[in-house]
Amino acid sequence: MSVTEMFSYIQGFLSVDQDIREDIRKVVQVLEQTAREILTVLQSVHQPTGFKDIPSKCLKARELFCTVRNHTGELKTKFPAEQYYRYHEHWRFVLQRLAFLAAFVVYLESESLVTREEVAKILAIEIDREKGFHLDVEDYLAGVLILASELSRLAVNSVTAGDYGRPLRISNFINELDSGFRLLNLKNDPLRKRYDGLKYDVKKIEEVVYDLSIRGLAKEQETGGE
Amino acid sequence: MSKREDEGCGRRRRTEVGQKSEDCINSDSAVIAAFKVFQQELDTKHDKYERLVKSSRDITIESKRTIFLLHRVTSVPDVEEILNEADVKLDGVRQKIGQIAEELRGEDLHQFHRAITPGIQEYVEAVSFHHFIRHRTLISLEEINARLVFMRENKAVDEVTCPGPCVLTFQITPTDYLLGVADLTGELMRMCISSVGNGDMDTPFLLSGFLREIHDGFSFIGNTGPYEVSKKLHTLRQSLGKVEDACYTLRVRGSEIPKHMLADVFSSRAAHLDPDDAMP
Repeated sequence: MSVTEMFSYIQGFLSVDQDIREDIRKVVQVLEQTAREILTVLQSVHQPTGFKDIPSKCLKARELFCTVRNHTGELKTKFPAEQYYRYHEHWRFVLQRLAFLAAFVVYLESESLVTREEVAKILAIEIDREKGFHLDVEDYLAGVLILASELSRLAVNSVTAGDYGRPLRISNFINELDSGFRLLNLKNDPLRKRYDGLKYDVKKIEEVVYDLSIRGLAKEQETGGE
Repeated sequence: MSKREDEGCGRRRRTEVGQKSEDCINSDSAVIAAFKVFQQELDTKHDKYERLVKSSRDITIESKRTIFLLHRVTSVPDVEEILNEADVKLDGVRQKIGQIAEELRGEDLHQFHRAITPGIQEYVEAVSFHHFIRHRTLISLEEINARLVFMRENKAVDEVTCPGPCVLTFQITPTDYLLGVADLTGELMRMCISSVGNGDMDTPFLLSGFLREIHDGFSFIGNTGPYEVSKKLHTLRQSLGKVEDACYTLRVRGSEIPKHMLADVFSSRAAHLDPDDAMP
């Protein structure tokens, strides 16, 4: 094979690769759009009025996840299944956002941590690499960390809205997350950087809980409210 | 609840806190149980990554040594001997690539690609240099991949899945191949300069033709390739320039200067070129 032939062979390979990337980018753009819509729906829980109809917001978000499922289905067809990690960078960001949104919905509904299996089910993807398009464990964890900072915001806003019980529950939840994350031996990677931010979320919620408890507000809620 | 006593000191966390939080947190909660699974999964992955990085380093070192060895062909009468010695070394490198293939069996190559790419590129560089010296042509991607087929005896554990020895292959990606070939041009430039130093009048012209072909190939790919390729294209241009300059000087002054003095002319030139030569 001559040098010229060799290079045109490689060039052919590269242009196929570029076409695939182009296709993936298009689908990912639509996914990002839907993710933003879901976020907008869920953001309204921070409004004082939004606290009352959390269930309806969640329902609406769940509906939007149907669209997400269609798009993830489409994304799967754009590249050979065994080359997931070759193109991983293209959807990594949006998948983390979607994992966060799914986790947020599940938290608002049941105040529990979404499992990786549940997220995968909501997004209509797999958890095992062997079975095709899957949710990488690091992306799931990154989504959970985004949830933590969202919840620290929610704790502040729920006090403003007069819901004094919620910060305590969030505090318990985040503390459990924190001890979970401390079990992990993270390398010096993006996930580790994100994890380093978790302590500030924990701190913020602790401050909210402190403010409530020195004013006796937390106790009042516990005995009266629930 | 245990307080975080070692904020910002992540390395220590690995041993101490991992243990500590395990005992004092209610370890039967669903969240903790889930994270224990994640811990295992991540550790397995990181360990595998580290093993691959190590293999890649070994491959790099061994390939570099082979290249150094091959540079000696310009000053030695028996080329074949050196080529055979290099072949033995490259076989050793291939064994190591076999280990990588073993490690990656059933995994996604691209998930761990970052760990092995430096070694693989260096191997491509060495093997293509070797091929060039022997055949004066560019080795093709298929030829490289064809030698990366390994026979492995199956362990008793998975004899159910495929009995007898099974075939394990390692496929070099076209991008790695391309980057390795780009590095090869630097070696060819060095070979050109040193062969002039030894009074060899034909090799430089042969090399400049070959380099030009490769350069044209890279120009053909241009910026459709990955980012690293365009970066290496710049270095390639420099190498080509040096070789073309050398040929020019040979042509112009070769007729004037007696052959035995040419070596001196070029050894001073080569010394002048040296600082830029430091190609990895």
